[in-house]
Amino acid sequence: MLDPAFLLAGVLNGLLAGGIYVLVAVGLTLIYGVLHIINFAHGSLLMLAMYAVFWLWRLVGIDPYAALPLVIAGSFAFGFVLYRLLIGRYNHGRDENILLITLGLSIVFDNAALLFFGGNTQTIDVPYAGTFVELGAAFLPLPKIISFVASLILCAALALYMALSDTGKAIRAVAKERQGARLVGIDVETVFAVSYGIGIACLGAAACLLMPTYYVTPSSGHAFVLVAFTIVVLGGMGSFVGAAVGGLVIGVTESLGGLFLGEQLGQIGISLIFILILLLKPTGLFGSKA
Amino acid sequence: MKKHVSVRISRRGFVAGTTALATSSLGFPSISGAQAAPVKVGMIHPVTGFVAYNGQQSRLGGTMAVEDVNKAGGIKSMGGVKLEALLGDSQSKVEVGVSEVEKMNEQGVAAYIGCFQSPVGIAASQAAAKYNTPFLIDVGASDLIVNRGLKNVFRLKPGFGVCVDDGIASLGALNKAANNVAKTAVIVHESGEFGTGTAKLLASKLPSIGITAKELIAHDNPTRNFDNIALRIRSLAPDIVMMSNYGNEYMLLARTLFQQKVNVAGFYSILGGGFNYKFVKDMPDVSQYMMDVNHWFNPKSAKAQELKKRVEAMGAFFTFEVYLTYSNVMLLADALEHAGSADKEKLTAALAASTYKADLLPYGPTKFVNGQNQGGRPAVMQSLKGDIEVIAPEEFASAKAVFPKPKFG
Repeated sequence: MLDPAFLLAGVLNGLLAGGIYVLVAVGLTLIYGVLHIINFAHGSLLMLAMYAVFWLWRLVGIDPYAALPLVIAGSFAFGFVLYRLLIGRYNHGRDENILLITLGLSIVFDNAALLFFGGNTQTIDVPYAGTFVELGAAFLPLPKIISFVASLILCAALALYMALSDTGKAIRAVAKERQGARLVGIDVETVFAVSYGIGIACLGAAACLLMPTYYVTPSSGHAFVLVAFTIVVLGGMGSFVGAAVGGLVIGVTESLGGLFLGEQLGQIGISLIFILILLLKPTGLFGSKA
Repeated sequence: MKKHVSVRISRRGFVAGTTALATSSLGFPSISGAQAAPVKVGMIHPVTGFVAYNGQQSRLGGTMAVEDVNKAGGIKSMGGVKLEALLGDSQSKVEVGVSEVEKMNEQGVAAYIGCFQSPVGIAASQAAAKYNTPFLIDVGASDLIVNRGLKNVFRLKPGFGVCVDDGIASLGALNKAANNVAKTAVIVHESGEFGTGTAKLLASKLPSIGITAKELIAHDNPTRNFDNIALRIRSLAPDIVMMSNYGNEYMLLARTLFQQKVNVAGFYSILGGGFNYKFVKDMPDVSQYMMDVNHWFNPKSAKAQELKKRVEAMGAFFTFEVYLTYSNVMLLADALEHAGSADKEKLTAALAASTYKADLLPYGPTKFVNGQNQGGRPAVMQSLKGDIEVIAPEEFASAKAVFPKPKFG
């Protein structure tokens, strides 16, 4: 029988892991909510952002957390330009074309990373990696606590931006009624590019928060994509609050599942949630009907 | 006065270089004068996918060996015929590895070398058996690879059975010297054939040295987070944590155990995929005192030291994949010399009777029994002060083991 103290530690570990999932899922749900497409390049773009964080640390000595503004801005610009030059230009107004373009981009990015960076595992060894906070049976590494708090702050800031700023209002208008937004003078194509940019900026932030405790290889970003999809489905497609709550729920589910059922069988919890949500509430916890 | 110029080759340069090497100087030998067709060697490694780094390292060792054989005059008994490397990418997937075998068979390969992952090696060598083509397993730990009665399969290095036996014996000696401080262990392993097979063997043999396996914890590839496994280990409070997994997961698990302050007498891995110079250099605090039973070069071999310098001059690490694949190409070249032909039956017979002495490895003359080299032995290493030291067997040891290790602060 597992000591209850370890149960609490498992919950805390799950919450910390879920914090990162939230950011990856928020990017995905934002892109889905506005463009109504699944971004198949999500994992590859996360990987590229992780390499950016790694090289900033390796070449310039910038701490991953200090790199947050730079990587967020760079990721936004990259996402914006990517949409403007490729996705927006060549989709010919058809959503399925966007799927194919993002899938193609994913393959290109993965192989380009392999060519330029090699297949070697790259890590960042920050001086505070071994610092931890002891809470009962839980030893919470400082980098994970920082990442958790930063992730929630960034999500809250993004939610406020979407609620209060003109751009945020335009994005929400386009998400809700594309044609109507166009009729009232909103530049829908620019809103698409900005939304895609913000989604990729979320990945940039996630990369900064991940790198002190994770590693990067050309295929490492994909490890987070399936879980992000599950979170988006759980929370509701296009819902920010849903992504935040879903991320934490999935994090805790994965953690407790792993603790009680073993690391392999523990993943069954995530799949069960996915199936149950699709069966019982296909719109997700906070999603609205299309 | 001669000026020595040191050239460092980037990863990008390496990928471009090896490809060019294979397709130009190796793939298309000079056409001036009559020249026998080269002997084609199929090298199948996972140069993309989740173990891409390991595959690239194998490819590096293999292409360097082909280049060295050709520079030394090729296969002399065949009139100096050159080797030609056909480079295949298994993409870390079984089915792709098999399709590479089929493609290369159509191109007329004389032998295959591969595949790093045991499942890929098992399936690919079985596919090669249909054509009676020799298959040299450079890296691939599962003993199933050589236990299927296939006459075309040869493995120079030891499998996980020997590694577990030697690892258990060394751990027993270490524990005895430390007044049997360790009585229990937890084994963390990847869920594939390599990790599961190794873990089961370990669990069955640990009691012979007075240690009980409390639990075997399997994990997938890739695993995002080892926090739960660290927590589980702490709840079980073992004396030793044993690991058997691939590079990324090995490194992530090691870092999590360090961050979660899992205090045990020692971390002891069997064929720990991530225990290499890069890990020790990148994470000296995390790796400090970790021990691994793995393939290692003979530190007293001048040829091994020379190859190490060449590899490091290219900006790469001298990992076991490099010298194992290099040695397998040399083994094949030696067998071709003895066979005097690339005929598959003659080549298989020459390999089966081989007494090739792998200069780079601490093995002694080769002797294959059912395809497994009987002299293949692993070494036990420990990370000490940012370097890797051999702690067993004694004749190769460069340092004394630290066991039990000091506790985390």
